Amino acid sequence: MSVGVIQFPGSNCDQDALHAFTRGMDVEARMIWHKDDHLGDLDVVVIPGGFSYGDYLRCGAIARFSPIMRAVSEFAERGGVVLGICNGFQILCEASLLPGALIWNNCLEYRCVTPTLAVQDSTPVFNPESIGSRIQLPIGHGEGNFRIDGEGLASLEANRQVLLRYCDAEGRLTPDANPNGSIENIAGIRNKRGNVFGMMPHPDRAFEPYHPSMDGLKILRAILDTASTTTTAVS
Amino acid sequence: MSTALPPNPDPVLNKVITPELVEQHGLLPEEYQTIIRILGREPNLTELGIFSVMWSEHCSYKNSRVLLKLFPNDKAEENPEVGRVLVKAGEENAGVIDIGGGWAVAFKIESHNHPSFVEPFEGAATGVGGIIRDIFTMGARPVLLTNSLRFGELESAEVRHLVRGVVSGIAHYGNCIGIPNIGGDINFDPCYEGNPLVNAQCLGILRHDQIKRGAASGTGNPVYYVGAPTGRDGLGGASFASRELTEESQADRPAVQKGDPFMEKLLLEACLEMMEIPDLVVGIQDMGAAGLTCSTCETASRGETGIEIDLDLVPQRETGMNSYEIMLSESQERMLVIVKKGREQEIEEVFEKWDLHAVQVGQVMDGDRMVVRHRGVVVADMPARSLTDEAPLYHREAVQPAYMKTTWNWQPDALADLDSEGVKSTLPKLLDHPTLGGKQWVWRQYDHMVMAGTVVAPGSDAGVVCVHVGDEKKYLAMANDGNGRYCCLDPYRGGVGAMAECVRNLACSGARALAMTDNLNFGNPNKPEVFYTFRESVRGLADACNAYDIPVTGGNVSLYNENQAGAIDPTPVVSVVGLIEESGHVTRQFCRDPGEKLVLIGGLPDELGASQYLKIIHGLKVGRAPKVDLEVEKTQNAFLLTEIRAGRVVAAHDLSEGGLLVALVEMLLDTGGLGMDIKVDPEPGRRLDATLFGESQGRILVSVEPVHEEAFLTAAEAGGVIAGTIGVVTDDGRFNLGLGSDNVAVHWTVEDLRETWEKSIEKRMERPGLVQT
Repeated sequence: MSVGVIQFPGSNCDQDALHAFTRGMDVEARMIWHKDDHLGDLDVVVIPGGFSYGDYLRCGAIARFSPIMRAVSEFAERGGVVLGICNGFQILCEASLLPGALIWNNCLEYRCVTPTLAVQDSTPVFNPESIGSRIQLPIGHGEGNFRIDGEGLASLEANRQVLLRYCDAEGRLTPDANPNGSIENIAGIRNKRGNVFGMMPHPDRAFEPYHPSMDGLKILRAILDTASTTTTAVS
Repeated sequence: MSTALPPNPDPVLNKVITPELVEQHGLLPEEYQTIIRILGREPNLTELGIFSVMWSEHCSYKNSRVLLKLFPNDKAEENPEVGRVLVKAGEENAGVIDIGGGWAVAFKIESHNHPSFVEPFEGAATGVGGIIRDIFTMGARPVLLTNSLRFGELESAEVRHLVRGVVSGIAHYGNCIGIPNIGGDINFDPCYEGNPLVNAQCLGILRHDQIKRGAASGTGNPVYYVGAPTGRDGLGGASFASRELTEESQADRPAVQKGDPFMEKLLLEACLEMMEIPDLVVGIQDMGAAGLTCSTCETASRGETGIEIDLDLVPQRETGMNSYEIMLSESQERMLVIVKKGREQEIEEVFEKWDLHAVQVGQVMDGDRMVVRHRGVVVADMPARSLTDEAPLYHREAVQPAYMKTTWNWQPDALADLDSEGVKSTLPKLLDHPTLGGKQWVWRQYDHMVMAGTVVAPGSDAGVVCVHVGDEKKYLAMANDGNGRYCCLDPYRGGVGAMAECVRNLACSGARALAMTDNLNFGNPNKPEVFYTFRESVRGLADACNAYDIPVTGGNVSLYNENQAGAIDPTPVVSVVGLIEESGHVTRQFCRDPGEKLVLIGGLPDELGASQYLKIIHGLKVGRAPKVDLEVEKTQNAFLLTEIRAGRVVAAHDLSEGGLLVALVEMLLDTGGLGMDIKVDPEPGRRLDATLFGESQGRILVSVEPVHEEAFLTAAEAGGVIAGTIGVVTDDGRFNLGLGSDNVAVHWTVEDLRETWEKSIEKRMERPGLVQT
């Protein structure tokens, strides 16, 4: 397995994502500069968190024009596995590799907390049985309020594209458990085909014994397993 | 007399220097005479501006240098295993301390008090930006931030506006750059209304061989300007001149700088990448306060060389700027870099990769002159060292404030002591005050987890991060402390107490304290009463540093913190870095399991003076700050660290503001469902309020597993440490207190106390109009 982490100007979780794979999973991973126009030989592409281009204009709105994003789109079209974390999720939405948009948290403040997440039955490798029904992953964002129109939401639900939802300790999807106002408590989604994943929570902050949890490893395992599955079409 | 310089290309700068102009530049007549002596002629306006900023308190420490000499600048211990000072206070942008294995930390604290009052968001944000630059200028990768904030009471709408702006400004800058903010301290008191304190600390990590110096050497070496272009922002320090000197209105031009954390992130990465290229960088200096002026004259002064720059080459974001404006601008995210001649392409390639300016603006010269050219004309020419080494030095008069005698003689007899009902109602009132209440409202806005190294998040005695250096891990702990109320009522004890509390906080976290950086926030030093509190606070800090053998690696002095109601309470803030050997020694303040025994080290408190209890319950600012016995503190800290390393400590928590009961409750607020049965039996004649809510120093609460209780107490006795079990952790969610020999019972529900504590700031900061959908 070989993982590539895209470095944009303003990425600040690039090292964390790299270390989550190298230290946490003992998987080979390398950095890819945003001005490059090819990815090389890779199994998984990670678009890390941070403030690409300062989040100016709109989160992810400028990063999607970086030269490397054309290569990422082509990689995804070929069925390559892409994971966007936090700002990476925002970039994937801006690049139309994932549906929906992320707007300001409804509290109008940045939130750095560790919510509980209900794992959804989404794919043969991403489901409560393989990952656990409830996990804990840190979040750190100002704009993680997931929005999508009614039709898009219906499609997400019908195709089991929701990966994670904010929940309380008992797994209930309450407004209090929702740290940013996301529609239907959605914290992460995948594309229809099942090879592009985006989430606001940080698996790259949950892989060491001193982290709030080590549940990030379960998420990353599911991503790697997706890449090693020969047929990625799961819709 | 030297001959005068040619006229400045901008006619508005060719003014005759009048006594009024000198005064408006904050310079005294005798200081102006010194400038004439140094130059051998009258300065022109650009030169006057340069002298005025370099000889300001901020840059020259002219009122404080005498006192700062009291601080130890290195460890007394010879060849210490860790903690040796590699770069001393005042030598460079930040001090550097050895942490073993060829690795070191650079760290420093700095204030942005006045800008944060004028424009809280940008003021606080650029404060964070400035201190981060000081750290990576040294060649270090910043790995943590902390800050110390002081505000008026949240009942004021103006204060809430400041709090919201400052917290979001700190969050904005630090979150965007991606450096975890792992805590600090926050305190609310009316004395800070109209004069908030915003002190930001940053720590970075580097190898010994990566330390960079801010010195210009090697005649002919090119001087580069890198980073953001220069604008007219931040001319506030010389606002008069800027108003007078440009014809267009300055009304909407901010005196406070505007920060761009994205730009700084690029600058950080580019600088660290450039510094990795062997032998490329000769010297590097941040353009912070006094911008281009400070960086050029300080690098030349340190390098004992001359320096020449041409302002036409400086990247500018506004047109028509004159030499005065360019030299004095405090635009953010800029650096001055001196590289080896002939290797210009290497620096330019790095900055091009990061899409940043890297422009040669001058070169290192023989001699000692700092020469500034603009539009082909020499606009300033002076000995560089005159700006740094010949700055004035003042010994100010100190007079003990009259109120101190009165307050020291205060006795609590006039106050009725508490009965059990009073105890019951007092505890929630204390937990409800924002100074003692939970600070989650603040911390959840700071990214305290980025870099994936945070081991202890904000909310415990100290923040702890794990850094991977080579093949090993190092655990760094950081705590900030400073009690203005103590320093107002006894500045010497307050100074000693700030250090004692900070070092105690580190010990409670399992850390050995290594070195300190301080931010000295005081009023106008020309007032003898203010200067007295300044002097005594520094004396207290210095005595404590010497007792602990903790060197001071630099920091910041912020004077003239005054508002309509007078000066702020004297508020020295200290930030101490500590090292924890292994992950297993990292200790938090939170009890974990029912059955754990609670042991109090240091005996029951017995002082009421200067307490939050007197402030919050009785509205009194009286008495004397608690005394500190540094020898007892050292013995207790050493004992605690030994016990932590022996694996006998579940949790440890320092008893500070709010006293015994507040500290006990705080130990319960992590794991849900826990309770405590506590028994307190004060000696006859002792006041109950002083026992339960007094803030006597040298007290530590420790939670130990029952199986270790006896060994812990035996070791304490053998080590001459006063320790006794005062209770046990339960699983019933109740906080039960038994008082006196007849065991009068007082009960609280922990969830009620938690609710009060957690909502303390949040409920006051609610936005009435915000409907969350």
